[in-house]
Amino acid sequence: MQYSETKGFILEDLEQKQALALLSGDEAVAMAAFDSGVALGTGYPGTPSTEILETFEKLGGKAQWSPNEKVAMEVAIGVAFSGARALVTMKHVGLNVAADPLFTVAYIRLDGALIIVSADDPGMASSQNEQDNRRYALAAGVPMLEPSDSQEAYEFTLRAIEISERWQVPVLLRMTTRVCHSKTIVRRGTVTIPKPCAAHFEHDFPSRVMIPAYAKPAHRRLRKTLAEIAVWNDEAGPNELIKGSSSLGIITSGIAFQHVREAAPEASVLKLGMTYPLPLERMCAFAASVERCIVMEEGDPYLVEAARTAGIAVEGKAETYRFGELNSARVRRILDGDISPEAKPVPGKPPALCPGCPHRSVYTVLKDLGCIVAGDIGCYSLGVLPPFQAMDSLVCMGAAIGVGLGLRHSLPPEEARRVVSVLGDSTFVHSGITGLVEMVYNPPESGHVLVILDNGTTAMTGMQEHPGTGRTLDHAKTGKVVFEDLARSMGVRNVYVIDPAQELEKFKELIQTCLDKKELSVVIARRDCLLAARSIREFERCNEQQTN
Amino acid sequence: MNSKPTNVVIAGLGGQGVIKASDILADVAFSAGLDVKKSELHGMSQRGGSVSSDVRFGTRVFSPMVPEGEADFLVVIAPDQVQVNAAALRQGGILIDPSLIDESTLSNKKSINVALLGVLSRHLQFPVEAWTAALGRNLPERLHDANLQAFSIGRAAEKTLEQTTGQER
Repeated sequence: MQYSETKGFILEDLEQKQALALLSGDEAVAMAAFDSGVALGTGYPGTPSTEILETFEKLGGKAQWSPNEKVAMEVAIGVAFSGARALVTMKHVGLNVAADPLFTVAYIRLDGALIIVSADDPGMASSQNEQDNRRYALAAGVPMLEPSDSQEAYEFTLRAIEISERWQVPVLLRMTTRVCHSKTIVRRGTVTIPKPCAAHFEHDFPSRVMIPAYAKPAHRRLRKTLAEIAVWNDEAGPNELIKGSSSLGIITSGIAFQHVREAAPEASVLKLGMTYPLPLERMCAFAASVERCIVMEEGDPYLVEAARTAGIAVEGKAETYRFGELNSARVRRILDGDISPEAKPVPGKPPALCPGCPHRSVYTVLKDLGCIVAGDIGCYSLGVLPPFQAMDSLVCMGAAIGVGLGLRHSLPPEEARRVVSVLGDSTFVHSGITGLVEMVYNPPESGHVLVILDNGTTAMTGMQEHPGTGRTLDHAKTGKVVFEDLARSMGVRNVYVIDPAQELEKFKELIQTCLDKKELSVVIARRDCLLAARSIREFERCNEQQTN
Repeated sequence: MNSKPTNVVIAGLGGQGVIKASDILADVAFSAGLDVKKSELHGMSQRGGSVSSDVRFGTRVFSPMVPEGEADFLVVIAPDQVQVNAAALRQGGILIDPSLIDESTLSNKKSINVALLGVLSRHLQFPVEAWTAALGRNLPERLHDANLQAFSIGRAAEKTLEQTTGQER
């Protein structure tokens, strides 16, 4: 790769062969990160964001999975403190985990760039809620860009870096499932930005140490910066005006823009690329230029509320369209004010645990023993569906342990002793370790049983590595967190490792013994995911050869 | 005003190669210089559940999703998924399903997705070379022969269909 002052980074064969490509939004973000010299990409796997780091690594970028999104964000912040460019990726609920650093890093004057990708999942294709993370930009005071296709995913990533460095603030790149996973044509090299700085460190206590004495002026500085960015967004932001009919004007952003263009090709459209801080002057002028102005947005009434607060008279959508994704048909209904019931899709075949999946044995046993199962997030969430129906709760990553303990504390003894917490290996590393600390620190009178379903991979999101596998994002050998050692070191005396599929009867006896004990037990049900087993063996063989 | 895009929905069950088939189709359209968008949902669907993928191509495509009742072609790899996806097809749209293929003629039964693309290819104006090139780009080399064979079987099978149903395009 070479660098040209006028064109930025150029891959050698870029202009000849790869100028055009059919890419997913995720791949386009990765390509922009690579083309702009992002020094490190961090994140935790989560649909629909996972492919960003995987692609970045394949292109030759340095990418790594962190144990969870909070840690990933913190590592990325450190990179930005060094003057280099950082990218951190996560799904929408991941930003809840990373919200603590997010709100304070917004105050901090960054030396490099910090791009935070939040991949939202309206319609919940693969998530436990459909929260709208545009609210985070507003709440934390972080500028936000919203691409509507892969070309914009590419360009907005570069623009986000530019904005981040110009104003020394983090930038939220807010994507949604249809932008992340749809493939559309990308022309590479359309936006060029300056070369990144060499990493370096200078002490700057008031800018980076958020004790109250420094945080108070830092907050004022942030608000002043946001006001400046708002002016810039009005004048030169990545927003687009499509002149059409003067009778209908539509303000929109993200994927909704594409549906709008299909459903109402005659309408005038103000497409917002930067949706925080908003270009309110432009929105006001646009609304005044048309007879009817309607805001078309997926999810929460974020834009419409902001417009109305600013005194801009706009129509919004009926509450029923807050739920699920938009599409061109729904956009037409919103424009027509149609709130009649929508046709329900014919139910498809639900997903199921694979035949031969080791989780099957675990749920068979837990059901046989009449357990109350505090569950968690992963493939094994499918244990709630027939034929098992053996998982009683799912809240968020790691909640199995806390919820299980709470049930143990409050249920009458005959029910309390049947409570089991179940979570996967990657989920345990993500947010289960602190739960295990709680279990040791505040043990219920009846004891507790934690089952870690260790299938050796982050299966649900497509077989990513994690600290318990002892391999990095690109499957190279690294330090390994050994769950049984960890549990023992925390003071759990009953720690067992067992293959639940190979030794089904023994596994059943073991769970029964643990339930009867009134002590704390950790059972590691270890057997590689059926779909990953062959690759795992291959990675291990390669790593073995390299060591020898 | 731009002409309407061609809408194809490919459906089946997780693991049947729905996404692979839509990748190949999108690649063919892309290589022909058309605007292309392709969309599907990943995640839970990987675990053997229903999967469908939308491919749209033409001079200009906006939404990546095929609107309900506007698919020109519905390619269904699993017979039991025809009903689930039937609403996607427009009136007069063409259903392409495994009943058009004699599976025993396939050298690898898993290539049924590509065989159905062969059927689809008869209805589209892309040259056969564009299809074979896209197959080569999207599949590992060891699978090339089986899939080229499956594609040819599909492409030939469609002749029978046209004769029996009189559908044309």
